[in-house]
Amino acid sequence: MLLSEDVYIIGAGETKFGELWERSLRELAVEAGLRAIESAGIYSKDVQLLYGSNSLGGTINSQNDIGSLIADFSGIASNHIPAIRIEASSASGAAAVREAYLGIRSGEYDCVMVGAVEKMTDLYGTEMLDHMGTMLDREWEAFFGGTPAAMAALSARKYMLDFNVPKEKLLSMSVNDHNNASMNPDAQYRNKITMEAAMESTMVAEPLNMMDCSPMSDGAAALVLCSGSFLRKRKLEGVKILSSAISQDFLALHSRRSIYTMDSTVLAARTAFERAGLKQKDISFAEVHDSYSIYGLTALEDLGFAEKGKAREVIDAGIGLGGPLPINPSGGLKAKGNPIGAVGVGQFVEAVSQISGKAGQRQVKDARVGLLQNVAGTGSTSIVHIVGGA
Amino acid sequence: MGKLSAVWRETSHRYRLVAHQCGNCKKMYFPPRDICPDCHRESIGKMMEKELSGKGKIESFTIVHDAPSAFARQRPYVLALIRLDEGPVLTAQIVDSDFSELEAGRKVRAVFRKIREDGKGGIIQYGYKFVLE
Ligand SMILES: [Zn+2]
Repeated sequence: MLLSEDVYIIGAGETKFGELWERSLRELAVEAGLRAIESAGIYSKDVQLLYGSNSLGGTINSQNDIGSLIADFSGIASNHIPAIRIEASSASGAAAVREAYLGIRSGEYDCVMVGAVEKMTDLYGTEMLDHMGTMLDREWEAFFGGTPAAMAALSARKYMLDFNVPKEKLLSMSVNDHNNASMNPDAQYRNKITMEAAMESTMVAEPLNMMDCSPMSDGAAALVLCSGSFLRKRKLEGVKILSSAISQDFLALHSRRSIYTMDSTVLAARTAFERAGLKQKDISFAEVHDSYSIYGLTALEDLGFAEKGKAREVIDAGIGLGGPLPINPSGGLKAKGNPIGAVGVGQFVEAVSQISGKAGQRQVKDARVGLLQNVAGTGSTSIVHIVGGA
Repeated sequence: MGKLSAVWRETSHRYRLVAHQCGNCKKMYFPPRDICPDCHRESIGKMMEKELSGKGKIESFTIVHDAPSAFARQRPYVLALIRLDEGPVLTAQIVDSDFSELEAGRKVRAVFRKIREDGKGGIIQYGYKFVLE
């Protein structure tokens, strides 16, 4: 049997996340892509395949075929390489990275680029909220007034009731995110928040308020991945993808086994740890998909860092940069921002900074192995990657 | 055209709360499904329509303040997960209730109401909402 190729991330770049009124979808994608290519120390002609990642372009920006768009405006259209879009709602980013990883593992490609972009602020708040409903089951959730925040709120209320968890525990995810984001120049919100102020912010869907919810963001992130042989031949350095796993669940929250356990995350995490030959204690930091604060807590449980209902113990032990398990050193979805189709690739950009010791003020000490969790909607798809070295 | 046909397609299920029951394992599904996720091909052609009682209990609920445009005139509104007596859980609004009376486990029953208005002078759509028993 042929041994599959190891896969390395050799380049990573992103734009600032935020309300970038003056920047277009294509400008953002190209900026991130060029940064990734530059940091990889390769030429764009080395790229043999490009996966575009984007979720809402077709609805918000009236633009599909984002793969071709990125290839075209990155100046590589005349290389005639395959360039298609991967879409898996808010998990599009990690889904694209995973497909790139598989393309290299298979031996078909040596050097693959992932370009992820989302441009959300071309629409006003309410209009945008209408489009956010496309993340849910349109016919049986959104039709009746379901919004992503409302669905998260349904999980949150039951979770808080069943495990007697006070609202402050949810918001401690957001306070931590803002703390870390204050040290991240690419983050949308660089202000620290206090628990008191967080508790009093405007209600969105009770019990969740503004400070429990990630914002609408524009932003792009890009990676260059390559095979072990390419890396050695070119004498490059990279961060290894130790494992990649994906799992699926029912689309609508009401059809799932539990409303506060993402089985898709449980299964993806189990596989990711098995394939990497690692345990939870081996993880130096994690970037979790906390589009809503409650998902930060359930992620800690579903990824195996805490038993069900006991995420608060991990939080109490310390999820800050100096704690036993630093969570979202980037600032997470709440404060770094949540450009839907790019957020999962942004997590990799953070992981590369951390593992190569270039995260500046927010550097996690001894950051060797990172875990990244990217989720579609309320948990219909979860993708878990473990990256780093020994 | 496309939009209207999308509205009418699910109408009978939304108007009458019609579930699908798997003829193989007898499990009830709402929203209706053409394939039983437990029995797979054994269930093909055996999913039977079954009218639901419309009675159930609140599993969880939220009061939605940040509403999509089709619900702007209803805000704040109550959205809930309701476990029907026949087993399935669905997502629906609870209306005509004092917010302070809402509680997980409370009994509710389905009523027929206007659900949403898509734009000014747009399509008005009807279906089930729930009230406290
Ligand atoms: Zn069955």
